[in-house]
Amino acid sequence: MQNARAVAREIIAIRHLSKTYGRADGVVALSDIDCAIGDGEFLSIVGPSGCGKSTLLKILAGLMPASGGDALLNGTPIAGPRQDIGVVFQSPVLFPWRSVLGNVLLPVDVQRLGREKMTQRALDLLALVGLTGFEQRYPWELSGGMQQRAALVRALIHDPALLLMDEPFGALDALTREQMNVELQRIWMESRKTVVFITHSTSEAVFLGDRVMVMTPRPGKVGDLFEVDLPRPRSLDVMTTEKFGVYVRRIRKSLNAGGGLE
Amino acid sequence: MIGGPRNFALRLLLIAAFLLVWEGIVRLFQIPMFILPTPTNVFIAFYRGFESSLYIDHIWITVGETLIGFVLGTALAFLLGTAIALSRPVEYFLYPFVVMFQAMPKVALAPLIIVWFGLGLTSKVVNAALVAFFPLMVNTIVGLRSAEEDKVNLMKSLAASKAQIFWMLQLPNAMPYIFAGLEIAMIFALIGAIVAEFVGAQAGLGMLIQSMNFTMDVAGQFSVLLLLSMIGLALNWIVIAVRRRVLFWDASQKFNDEAAKKEAT
Repeated sequence: MQNARAVAREIIAIRHLSKTYGRADGVVALSDIDCAIGDGEFLSIVGPSGCGKSTLLKILAGLMPASGGDALLNGTPIAGPRQDIGVVFQSPVLFPWRSVLGNVLLPVDVQRLGREKMTQRALDLLALVGLTGFEQRYPWELSGGMQQRAALVRALIHDPALLLMDEPFGALDALTREQMNVELQRIWMESRKTVVFITHSTSEAVFLGDRVMVMTPRPGKVGDLFEVDLPRPRSLDVMTTEKFGVYVRRIRKSLNAGGGLE
Repeated sequence: MIGGPRNFALRLLLIAAFLLVWEGIVRLFQIPMFILPTPTNVFIAFYRGFESSLYIDHIWITVGETLIGFVLGTALAFLLGTAIALSRPVEYFLYPFVVMFQAMPKVALAPLIIVWFGLGLTSKVVNAALVAFFPLMVNTIVGLRSAEEDKVNLMKSLAASKAQIFWMLQLPNAMPYIFAGLEIAMIFALIGAIVAEFVGAQAGLGMLIQSMNFTMDVAGQFSVLLLLSMIGLALNWIVIAVRRRVLFWDASQKFNDEAAKKEAT
């Protein structure tokens, strides 16, 4: 079974990580986060608003320095933005003046990887998410779900070691969201990336994750960690099973215990 | 819905009625030509001005001053606006100057400009550039700073350099603002050139209006005013035509609405 791998080889090690906004006596967003993420693992992080999960993701993306402790990616501290990380934000963040293909090739342009070499890979990845035929279209001609798929391809184009996703499907309607979850699982199983996936939704977290990490708010701390022992590929039907329901209930309970859910 | 051939005909009819009423009133009350000419007089003056090629020479001079002033003024405005938008120290030290000049009616500088740069082409170009400068500089600053945080974060997360963030994100993102500024700057440049010609010039449409004023050729003045608004329209149209090509993507909202409609049906 998938999860028997557990944490085979650590790709990310987070040690005593903390973040305080403003001065030393400012708002504590993260306090003493400890966590290891295995190579190829899909880690879901759930927590209520203001639990610091977006802050954690920004630190992992190198967009924000930590106040204390450190986060290692493949053994080296994440001190600033790096080329081996792909990020998917809550909104697609596509540039309207670039075509879908142009948007997907943005990391290639920034990191000077050579468009000639990478265009075929871009087309393959676009095909993988079902965007064949839309390469020359512009973002505003696409639906919200298609835009987010393009954003996912953009995050994968430069073959990053780590994919960070910050509530990527939060703005989509429920049906599109479920569909995107199935697709993301498929892409993840094909690409074998390490994924850190932040969400509000407990069922999304369970459906996608190898493990689900619950964060508690004010200050943001690691609460409980759940191993999700459900066979892959998981279909949407898994959501109606007893086992799935048990996971969701346990995570809800953990969230509530942390004073999480309003 | 407004528009359609019927309303267009009504529009033309309204213009014709306006001209007829104008003509009628002037004739009925026998208003002297040097107070208010009839539309017929204006069109005759317009025709004669072109027939004698008097207008053509002056048009080229005024349009030339306007365009050179526009290019110089907006180029400088873009460079300075960019420096201010990207560098806090530059902004801090230049801010007092910017605020002072912004509040000042730039056309009031025209007499000084004539003293400094003479009666020829240079003073008109300088004045046009000066007046065209501010709308573009302000819009460049606002535009370059308008990039959404998520987009900046995306670029940063890819380890983009500051130069890459500027060329790949901030500049294209600022283009709608810059073009809005260019549209205003174009009309402002024409105003700047005309005002400078009023104050002191040997040629140009502004000078022509002045000299017609002295000879009480009011019909002639009206015809030059008509000409100026046509020039203004043409210059504005040039900017809009370029903008349509460059900013094809800025109609996003409209296209979005269309896409939503398609999906709904």
